[in-house]
Amino acid sequence: MTFFRSRLAAAWLVAAGATLAAPATMAQDLELSIIAPAGAGGGWDSAARALQEVMMSTGNARSVQVINVPGAGGTVGLAQFVQGAASSPNQMLVGGITMVGAIITNKAPYDLTAVTPIARLTGDPLVIVVPASSPYQTMADLMEGIKSDVERTIWAGGSAGGADHMLSALVTQAAGQDPAKVNYVAYSGGGEALAAMLGGQVTAGISGYGEWQGQIESGDLRALAISYPEPIEGIEAQPLKAQGIDIELVNWRGIFAGPDLAEADKAALEQAIAQTVQSPEWKELLAARGWSDYYAPSDEFTAFIASESERVKSILTSIGLAE
Amino acid sequence: MESLAFLMQGFGTALDPMNLAFAAIGVLLGTAVGVLPGIGPALTVALLLPITFKLDPGGSLIMFAGIYYGGMYGGSTTAILLNTPGESASVVTALEGNQMARRGRGGPALATAAIGSFVATLIATAGLAFFAPMLVKVAIQFGPWDYFGLMLIAFVTVSATFGSSPLRGLTSLGLGLWLGLVGIDQLTGQTRLAFGVPNLLDGIEVTTLAVGLFALGEALHVASRHLFSDEKPIAIKGSVWMSREDWKRSWKPWLRGTAIGFPIGALPAGGAEIPTFLSYTTERKLAAKPEEFGQGAIEGVAGPESANNASAAGTLVPLLTLGLPTSATAAVMLAGFQQYNLQPGPLLFVQHPDLVWGLVASLFIANVMLLILNLPLVGLWVRLLKIPLPWLYAGILVFACMGTIAANPSVVELMMLVAFGVLGFLMRRYDYPIAPVVVGLILGPMADSALRRSLQMSLGDPMILLQHPGSAIMIAIAAIALVAPFAFKGLARFRQDED
Repeated sequence: MTFFRSRLAAAWLVAAGATLAAPATMAQDLELSIIAPAGAGGGWDSAARALQEVMMSTGNARSVQVINVPGAGGTVGLAQFVQGAASSPNQMLVGGITMVGAIITNKAPYDLTAVTPIARLTGDPLVIVVPASSPYQTMADLMEGIKSDVERTIWAGGSAGGADHMLSALVTQAAGQDPAKVNYVAYSGGGEALAAMLGGQVTAGISGYGEWQGQIESGDLRALAISYPEPIEGIEAQPLKAQGIDIELVNWRGIFAGPDLAEADKAALEQAIAQTVQSPEWKELLAARGWSDYYAPSDEFTAFIASESERVKSILTSIGLAE
Repeated sequence: MESLAFLMQGFGTALDPMNLAFAAIGVLLGTAVGVLPGIGPALTVALLLPITFKLDPGGSLIMFAGIYYGGMYGGSTTAILLNTPGESASVVTALEGNQMARRGRGGPALATAAIGSFVATLIATAGLAFFAPMLVKVAIQFGPWDYFGLMLIAFVTVSATFGSSPLRGLTSLGLGLWLGLVGIDQLTGQTRLAFGVPNLLDGIEVTTLAVGLFALGEALHVASRHLFSDEKPIAIKGSVWMSREDWKRSWKPWLRGTAIGFPIGALPAGGAEIPTFLSYTTERKLAAKPEEFGQGAIEGVAGPESANNASAAGTLVPLLTLGLPTSATAAVMLAGFQQYNLQPGPLLFVQHPDLVWGLVASLFIANVMLLILNLPLVGLWVRLLKIPLPWLYAGILVFACMGTIAANPSVVELMMLVAFGVLGFLMRRYDYPIAPVVVGLILGPMADSALRRSLQMSLGDPMILLQHPGSAIMIAIAAIALVAPFAFKGLARFRQDED
């Protein structure tokens, strides 16, 4: 199956004019295939392709192929990866906080303990905005609004149970209201939610900062706060924590290898990724895409996933999306 | 007229030999991937992103635009010749286009699609150049209630149009709506009708359903009917080119298709499918010979193909003015912008006018190139139909399966394709129209989300649908379209009684 699939993907790749290479084993000769568990154009897809680009240009891998396996918040790609990449030294998977949430809400057959975390790569702040015409000037105003009428405070953001939804629940809870009552209108992505914001159809919106940066800078949207723990250079909006609201939520992305990976293979992948993210090329790319460096090596990342899974589960339970 | 000066400058940028070369590569690649099933323009642009990183931003964005437009052109070719729509927006083109091809008029069908695409893209790109900032102000005022009204119109007109009787049309539509329920509900994140199959969590892929029903169903149907008879390849009747009458019957649908496609494409959640459905029903209503519909009416190719391409240009309105990608390809192009540290959005027109207008100008150029590339290909493509039927349909089966696997590498997907093929065969056998199933699958989830978002925003008060003038008018139109045929029938009977 896997053989057939990769042959087929390769055939199409040739048809599309992309490059193709032959097998090898040494660390610098890595022949990687990275699964982006989402369609072309999404966050995981761009992260996978960014990694592909930098790993090849810095010589940390000889060839990298990105395969899109879209579906269900990444859980389809995860399941396929767990089954097909066991002890494979040259297959990797991109994932992130949305996948942690999707595993819980979809009751997925595998969770992230089934794979081998290699490194945490990026972490982007979420931003809370209101339309320019909104009466709310500050985060405190919005909190007051939630307190006085939680149902009429209508939120717009990405998919149900995703990071945006979680943040709206945390803010509602911090305002002293039941997060299960949050009136969150889910859109298929930041784009459609943006249209609802600009059309003044909703009270407040949540998205990755980068997605709405243009509208924030042009003044069409007013940024009230970011969900990052510390202030970020170049972003005017201050962290929720700095505004006295004890919430932090980072939209992190990381990279994983398959189950039952041999120690030597794991070390080789860790090294390749570590060298990639320390390269100036990677730093340049992060700056160009507006991504924040959130690198953590394997051990730290593994512990982080465990604590993050607990936290996400409790947030989703408070919304009523998980038991 | 400031725009015009900018546009001229843009042509200066785009006519640079290097940029012309990029545009040419783009349209060639785009046409190729449009013809190949499974690999769409979005994936192609994504594959090329890392390669173009070293190029200058202008050149590579121009190439992406060429791929984007090229993909839209190429998509109709397989729909017409092989009854295998490569993307959901070409489903309607397959209806009349393939009928034409099977009656030996594949040439005119391809030509009207190509020229219609050219005309539509030309007008819509001009619309993009001059009205984008204005249009987008209207488009963002379009609330979920308005989308719901639009969906209602589409449902009513579509189910009344297809099939030998409204009841059969509605039955097919109902089946499509049911299939549309499968998967994770967008608004609550809860799973519906997936029965624990992970591949069903994201719902049923429109192209899998369309290719299964159209191509596989067709192949099975042909196999069952020609089992014992001698088969002969489809003879080409008349000229490969459009006759005088074809031109006369095509030009109005081209313009009407553009008028429907461009504004709906510019809506943040408009998509390319709804305008093709609406255009098809419009043409059928307005046609001089409505009885030809279903038997290969050229209007049914000219209108929807123009609508499809006009909406592709419309999609660029929210992308360039708001940084809002409303299709997968637009999303990848957005990543392309960001790669060069450009942030599409309200400031892009102000901060990088050279680039934006260079892009718009190269869209015009890509459009001309596509016409030059595609018209001579028509003669070549129609020869495909000379292949003996068993070979042709075996090829279609291979093509359909390869395309499905390439788009979604899983066994479950392939099994669904086969199941839909059998379903398509049975529906043909018992005379149920197949297009409404696809319509239901596309529109059902959209209407579902639009209605529930409206109710979420009104805290459960259904009157919100009538309080906004836009949605109230559209719901009224839908209601009239639903009731009018029966009322007229009743009235006619009443008059007969009087006589």
